[in-house]
Amino acid sequence: MLKITDLQKTFNPGTVNEKMALTGLNLTIEDGDFVTVIGGNGAGKSTMLNAIAGVWKPDYGTIEIDGVDVTNMPEHKRAKFLGRVFQDPMKGTSPDMEIAENLSIAARRGTRRKLVWGIRKAEREQYRELLATLELGLESRLSCKVGLLSGGQRQAVTLLMATLNRPKLLLLDEHTAALDPKTAAKVLEITDKLVTENKLTTLMITHNMHDAIAYGNRLIMMHEGHIVVDVSGEEKKKLTISQLLGLFEQASGSAMGDDKVILSK
Amino acid sequence: MAFLYALPGAIAEGLIWGLMAIGVYISYKILDIADLTVDGSICTGACVCAVMLANGSPVWLSVVVAFMAGAMTGILTGLLHTALGIPSILAGILTQLILYSVNLSILGSKSLIAIDPRANTLLVHMSNNPRSIVAAGMIIVAVIIGLWLFFYTEVGLTLKSTGDNPDMSRAQGVNVKFNKVLGLAIANGIVALAGALLAQYKGSANINDGRGAIVIGLAAIFIGLSVSMKIKPNFVVSLIGVIGGGIVYYVVYNFVVLLGLKTDYLKMLSAIIVALFLAVPYLKNEYFKKQTPARIQTTPPAASNEGGDANA
Repeated sequence: MLKITDLQKTFNPGTVNEKMALTGLNLTIEDGDFVTVIGGNGAGKSTMLNAIAGVWKPDYGTIEIDGVDVTNMPEHKRAKFLGRVFQDPMKGTSPDMEIAENLSIAARRGTRRKLVWGIRKAEREQYRELLATLELGLESRLSCKVGLLSGGQRQAVTLLMATLNRPKLLLLDEHTAALDPKTAAKVLEITDKLVTENKLTTLMITHNMHDAIAYGNRLIMMHEGHIVVDVSGEEKKKLTISQLLGLFEQASGSAMGDDKVILSK
Repeated sequence: MAFLYALPGAIAEGLIWGLMAIGVYISYKILDIADLTVDGSICTGACVCAVMLANGSPVWLSVVVAFMAGAMTGILTGLLHTALGIPSILAGILTQLILYSVNLSILGSKSLIAIDPRANTLLVHMSNNPRSIVAAGMIIVAVIIGLWLFFYTEVGLTLKSTGDNPDMSRAQGVNVKFNKVLGLAIANGIVALAGALLAQYKGSANINDGRGAIVIGLAAIFIGLSVSMKIKPNFVVSLIGVIGGGIVYYVVYNFVVLLGLKTDYLKMLSAIIVALFLAVPYLKNEYFKKQTPARIQTTPPAASNEGGDANA
């Protein structure tokens, strides 16, 4: 489904702020995998997701989605393969537009947009049903401007938008980090439901080790721009947080204590 | 009394400037670009229309070609911005300067071309204000209906989202660059259409027409939206508000002229109006913010950062 080969990216090359964000990243994800990604600040997690989404071009290496080389494909073109939810709840929706309008724009991701009516009647009914599954009471607020919603509600709508037409790959960039714990748990629950129901191939970055273990069928840990730990299947199911900390120390050569700012239990 | 005599003229001219302000509304409010092309493209519209009328073209054709010429100027600014990576405000300034030369060459190196209302059938002219008001009003209604329909199409919705949230738009597969060019083309097409009407109304196209047009457009938008947003904040009401803003602007303009303000100062007055509208909300918030107790919330509170910090 996703094949990343020797991906490299350096920000601000040749300056004092030079930062090697990706240092030869290799990753292959199979169809239907739900992969959680953990790692310290600056490990390259978001950089990897942005590279897959095409926010900028990598310096070296290739990215293939579903057998198509997308390395040089512009962001809006490869969007047809992807569903994305950002860390910032403000980033994934258009605040000055209605919930239904936001959903209708997402529903047409990957199609050529025409000069025909932007939302059909039947569509509104479909959106109403989908919003009802979120159990946030949004189904009665279809014509409400998204800017009036809370961060958690906006993130839930963004999730719905990202999964509307079954993307080949769902990219979740710490999408619960900016929410309060209760809302975060709710959004994660919705995430898991959408991913399972639609059998979506998913990459989810999280700061929370417990979530990283609890969700998905594979866990990868990044450090200094590449993958240092990769566990899946039965091994991942049995994983404990202390084992995970041990794996991190082994891989990075430093105790997790130094990095406690980054990962929480 | 003199003011009442001047009123129909002020309304007619206000309608035309209101139409121009709708163009500015598309770039400034919808695309979130302060597009300085406007000062040049309104003049391009006036010049194209005047020259075509002088050469015997029918008035409707002159107006349509003026619209298309304006759209081209918007495309130029859009390409300078999106294809060449020039900041949008600078791209507009560059096009504006380019258009000064272009407009001069359209006028055949003259600074003014007169339109003879007896030789041409004109849509609007200052000699017949009631008719001008009706004609300008009909064109405005057609433009508003057209825009209303357009902004609810698949393409139109993505044009709105492009200005509102480019990150979200790109993530949803919207070609943000193309949309900016398209939006600027429509905006400047409408501005040039207003320019064509203005040239007919005044009976001439002048190379200096349109200097400060962006400021007048913004003034009309701020005046109009200050009222229409309180009535109903939707697209059509906003556009009608903008037209109203244009009319109010020209009525006030005529009023201060009659009060004896030297016309030399009028551009300064326009700038002061816009500066005030931009400054007042800021000043209110910065210096005159009163403490208000929380009211019962109708919407759930925005997400706090607590969770993020706690989880970190």
